[in-house]
Amino acid sequence: MNDDIKVGGHISRQFDQELEEIRSRVLTMGGLVEAQLDKTLEALQDGDSDVIVDVAQLDQKINKLEMQIDEECTQILARRQPAAGDLRLIIATTKSVRDLERIGDEAERVANMVRHALDNDASLKAFKGLLSLGEHVKVLLNSTLNTYARMESRSAVQNIRLDQAIDEEYSRVVVRLVNYMKKDPDNIADALDVMWAARSLERIGDHCINICENVIYLVEGQDVRHQKVEDLTEQLA
Amino acid sequence: MNTIEVGATKIVKETYQTSGLPLLEDPKMRVRNTNVFYADKQAIFDINIDIGKNEVISMIGPSGCGKSTFLRCLNRMNDTIDICRVEGELMLDDQNIYDRNVDVVELRARVGMVFQKPNPFPKSIYENVAYGARIHGLTDNKVELDELVEKSLIRCGLWKEVKDRLEEPATGLSGGQQQRLCIARAIAVNPEVILMDEPCSALDPIATATVEELMSELSENFTICIVTHSMQQAARVSQRTAYFHLGKLIEVNDTSQVFTNPQHQLTEEYITGRIG
Repeated sequence: MNDDIKVGGHISRQFDQELEEIRSRVLTMGGLVEAQLDKTLEALQDGDSDVIVDVAQLDQKINKLEMQIDEECTQILARRQPAAGDLRLIIATTKSVRDLERIGDEAERVANMVRHALDNDASLKAFKGLLSLGEHVKVLLNSTLNTYARMESRSAVQNIRLDQAIDEEYSRVVVRLVNYMKKDPDNIADALDVMWAARSLERIGDHCINICENVIYLVEGQDVRHQKVEDLTEQLA
Repeated sequence: MNTIEVGATKIVKETYQTSGLPLLEDPKMRVRNTNVFYADKQAIFDINIDIGKNEVISMIGPSGCGKSTFLRCLNRMNDTIDICRVEGELMLDDQNIYDRNVDVVELRARVGMVFQKPNPFPKSIYENVAYGARIHGLTDNKVELDELVEKSLIRCGLWKEVKDRLEEPATGLSGGQQQRLCIARAIAVNPEVILMDEPCSALDPIATATVEELMSELSENFTICIVTHSMQQAARVSQRTAYFHLGKLIEVNDTSQVFTNPQHQLTEEYITGRIG
């Protein structure tokens, strides 16, 4: 079809409302996941453990929303038998909600590791080396949520490019941490925690890309998973 | 400029492009530039579509969009309406079915029809199936006719249910059984194409499922064109779906494509319940 995917406009206004509610709940869930990552990075920046408590609380809300949205999508499939753009919206939403929940889990994992590191200056210093990667992942997550909210395939492709830069940055972090461990084997345990945290941040990027691919499927009706970004740009031009 | 004469007036012929894949290689039926008028009112505008061999194709669209009118062109059922005029090229294999030398009775044996409401003849179950074969002289003796009736009823999954009461009136059967009997009656004369005009709209869900299953089995030997108001039915039974809107053929595509990612905005709006 084209870029102007509509949620409303059905003869059944009730159906419009149901779809709009689902969409708005996904955006609420996205906002909570974004807050989790923000707080995790804030704790890392300021060395403040209080905000980390909020991250775990947010995770419970996110899990609840995931189940609620899944249930609403199931009801729409069973009762409305959606087709075309509506069907793709439901499919893209159930998949994206799973990715959002996993982003929440990864953010919580990073938060827990940061909390352990707060008591140890050397370890905290090593963790602060992740701030730049974390900020870039935050930008990608924010842009991904905008892509979903606006249902834009073009910005989805731009996000896929952003993730490539994040993957490269992650590789550099890994090289740096390996060198650090070689130089000072006493700190291997702390460095491994940082490595796991970096891995979680990189995974958040991957989940964002899954969401962007779902948006492309929703808008364009094309399954673009497992394709090179160059081919994708050409295909969607 | 391209014009069409309607009575004393000339109207400019509207041209438009049907989205998707309306044309096929080596089709069973080929329809080109077809217009249909009821008196001076045009009902169908410049339809171009191929109907493939052994395919099930669904025609969908809002009420009054012309899908039934189009279906009825395919075996000249519109000839029975005095004010109806069909123009264009409608080919069955290599023959234009609107040629003057075409025998309409023979055409309707080759292109059979099943209607919305089951309409068995007020005769026995046996006679309903045997009638067409008899008038077309398809069998030489009673044994052959018995075989043909049995074979047709078996193909429609009705044999086991009626074999012990073949002489009973067909009107005593249930709605779903009557509709399957009408399909048995249509296939007894060995047609090449079967047209179905909302064949399940008067049936309950179980009888509908039986008829739909039958369609998929019959498509091994016949071409089936079905007009349906149930989009789910079109999605379930057909390989291709054609969407009509205000007398125009908007899109023809693989059913899998139409119901997940239609090409035309109007198709999208109809199947998602935004226009009706």
